[in-house]
Amino acid sequence: MSTLEIRGLKVSVTTEGGDVEILKGVDLTIKSGETHAIMGPNGSGKSTLAYSIAGHPKYTITGGTVTLDGADVLEMTVDERARAGLFLAMQYPVEVPGVSVSNFLRTAATALRGEAPKLREWVGEVKSAMEALKMDASFASRNVNEGFSGGEKKRHEIMQLELLRPKIAILDETDSGLDVDALRVVSEGVNRAKEANGIGVLLITHYTRILRYIQPDFVHVFANGKIVEEGGPELAEKLEANGYAEYVGA
Amino acid sequence: MSALQSNLLELHTPNGREEAWRFTPLKRLAGMHDGSAKAVELDSLQPVAELPQGVTFTSVEAEALSHTDDIIINRIRAFTGNVRQLKIAKDREIDQPIILSRTIIQQATVEFARVQIILEPHSRATVVLQNEGDFNLGEDLEIHVGVGAKLTLISLQEWGPTSVHAGHHHAIVERDATFNSLVVTVGGSVVRLLPTVEFAGPGASTELLGVYFATAGQYFEHRMFVDHLVPHAKSRVNYKGALAGQDAHTVWIGDVFIRAAAEGTDTYELNRNLLLSDGARADSVPNLEIETGEIVGAGHASTTGRFDDEQLFYLMSRGINESDARRLVVRGFFNEIVSQIGIEEIQDRLMARIDDELSKAAN
Repeated sequence: MSTLEIRGLKVSVTTEGGDVEILKGVDLTIKSGETHAIMGPNGSGKSTLAYSIAGHPKYTITGGTVTLDGADVLEMTVDERARAGLFLAMQYPVEVPGVSVSNFLRTAATALRGEAPKLREWVGEVKSAMEALKMDASFASRNVNEGFSGGEKKRHEIMQLELLRPKIAILDETDSGLDVDALRVVSEGVNRAKEANGIGVLLITHYTRILRYIQPDFVHVFANGKIVEEGGPELAEKLEANGYAEYVGA
Repeated sequence: MSALQSNLLELHTPNGREEAWRFTPLKRLAGMHDGSAKAVELDSLQPVAELPQGVTFTSVEAEALSHTDDIIINRIRAFTGNVRQLKIAKDREIDQPIILSRTIIQQATVEFARVQIILEPHSRATVVLQNEGDFNLGEDLEIHVGVGAKLTLISLQEWGPTSVHAGHHHAIVERDATFNSLVVTVGGSVVRLLPTVEFAGPGASTELLGVYFATAGQYFEHRMFVDHLVPHAKSRVNYKGALAGQDAHTVWIGDVFIRAAAEGTDTYELNRNLLLSDGARADSVPNLEIETGEIVGAGHASTTGRFDDEQLFYLMSRGINESDARRLVVRGFFNEIVSQIGIEEIQDRLMARIDDELSKAAN
C-alpha cells in the first residue's frame, strides 16, 4: 500500500519576464489502487503538476511538500523518484536517436529492479506487453520515439507503465493525439497495469472521453494553478455538459 | 580556379595563415609539414590474416595516381617511390573484410607511408585499416575503384594519446563504381585527415561517413573534398563528432565542387557535433560550389549543440542514473554511423572505446 501526498505545492518557472508562479498551493493524496482524474482547461497548470512531481529541472518548487510513503520526493533526483516508484507517462515523449526501444526498456528495467531481468523471461515479458498493446514486433528495434506516430508514442509510454510496474503513475494527457481505437487500446493497458500491480493513478486530461474507459474514483477540477472542486465520477459528467467556464471566471 | 581547390593548394611550407592550415596546430605536427621530420620507411601496415584468392599486397615502385598540392603528401612522395599496393583482381567479390594493421611502432620517428588500394573492374571488397598505439604517421593513401567495382574502406584511428597522424585518402571512382568510406578517429594527439573523392565516370557514387570523439587537448581535423567532374554522380557525407574536456578541438570541412560538366549531380553533406563540456571547440564548415544548375540536388547541414537535457530527463525519469543516461545518449548519437561498419567485433570495440573516453571525460 503506497501513498503519494502533495501538500501546499507551489511551483514557478523562470521566463524572460521574470519568475511566474504556476502552481499556487496544490493538495492531493493518491493511494494504491485509486484513480484520480485531474481535469481542467489548457494552461491551468496540470502538466506543471505532473512534471514537478517527476522532477523536471525547468520547474522551481517554491513551497509545499511531496512525499511517497513518507519519503521526501522533492529531495530526490529524477532517477531516484522513478526508483522510489513514481512514473510519468509524458504528453510529448522525447526522441532518443540511436537508442533502440529494447535496449532502453531493458536498461530501465535493470535500473528499477536493481538487477538485469533474466533474458529469456524478459523477452517474453516485452513480447506479451507489445502484443497486448497491438504493437508490431519490429517496434522493439526502432529508436526510442524517433519517427513514432502520436499513437505509437502513447502506446510506448503505456507499455513502460506495464513493464516497469511503478507504485504511482501520472498520466499526462495520455489521451491527446489518439483516435478512438488507439484510445481504447491504451486505456485497456492502463486498466491492466492497475489490475496487475494495484497502481495508484493520477490521470490528467482535458477531455472526459478517456474516463469512459478508465473509471476514476475521484475527479478534481484544476484551474488557475490549484484544485477548485472535487467530487466523484459524476463531476466529470457535469464538466462534459457545462465545460470549464464557471471555473475560469468567464 | 575554384576557391575550393585552393583549400588544398598550399605547396609551400605552411605558416598557418593559409585556408587549408588555418586550424591545424603546426607546432604539434612532428615536423611533417616543414621537412624537419625524421622520416623513415617502415612498411608498418600488414594484413592480420592470410589474404584471400585474388587479393595481393606487394611493394612496388609506382607513380602516384593523382596530383596533390598538399605539402605533406608531396614531401612523402619526394621521400620515397616505394608503394605498398593492395590489389583486388578483376571480377573478384571478396566477402570477408581485408584487415590491415600497423604492426611496427617507432616512437621517435615519423613513418612516411605510401599505400594504394586498387580495385580492378567489377570487383568488390571491404578493407579495414587499423591504426593503434603511439606513433607518428604521414600517410599518402590512394584508392582507385575501377569500372563497376565497389570498395568499402574503414579507416580506424584508435591511436594512443601521443600519436600524430597526417593523412590524405584520395579516391578516384570510375564509371558505375561505388566508394564508401567510414572514418573513425577516437585517439591521438593530432589527427588531420583529408578524405577526397574524384569522380572519373558517370554513375559513380560515394558515401563518406565518419565519427570522431575528442577529449581534453586532442585535435582532430577531417577535411573532405568531393569533386564532381562528371555527370550523374552521387555523393553523401555524414560525419558526427563529440567533444569533451578542456581544449578538445575538432574541425570538419566539407567541400563539394559541382563543375559545369557535372549535370545530374546529387549531393548532400551533413556534420553534427555534440559538445559534452565547456572548454571544447568544434569548427564545422560546409562549402558547396556549383557551376551548373542542371542537378538533382545539392545541400548541406551543420549543427553543433550541447547535450539535450530533455533526453536526459526522459531516460532518468525511467530510473536510469545520470551517467548511464549520458552514455546511452552518446552511444545512440554514434550508433547511426558505427552500426554501418557491419563488423561486430570492431563495432563493439569502438563502442567500448567511446564509453571509455566518456568516463575519462567525466572524471
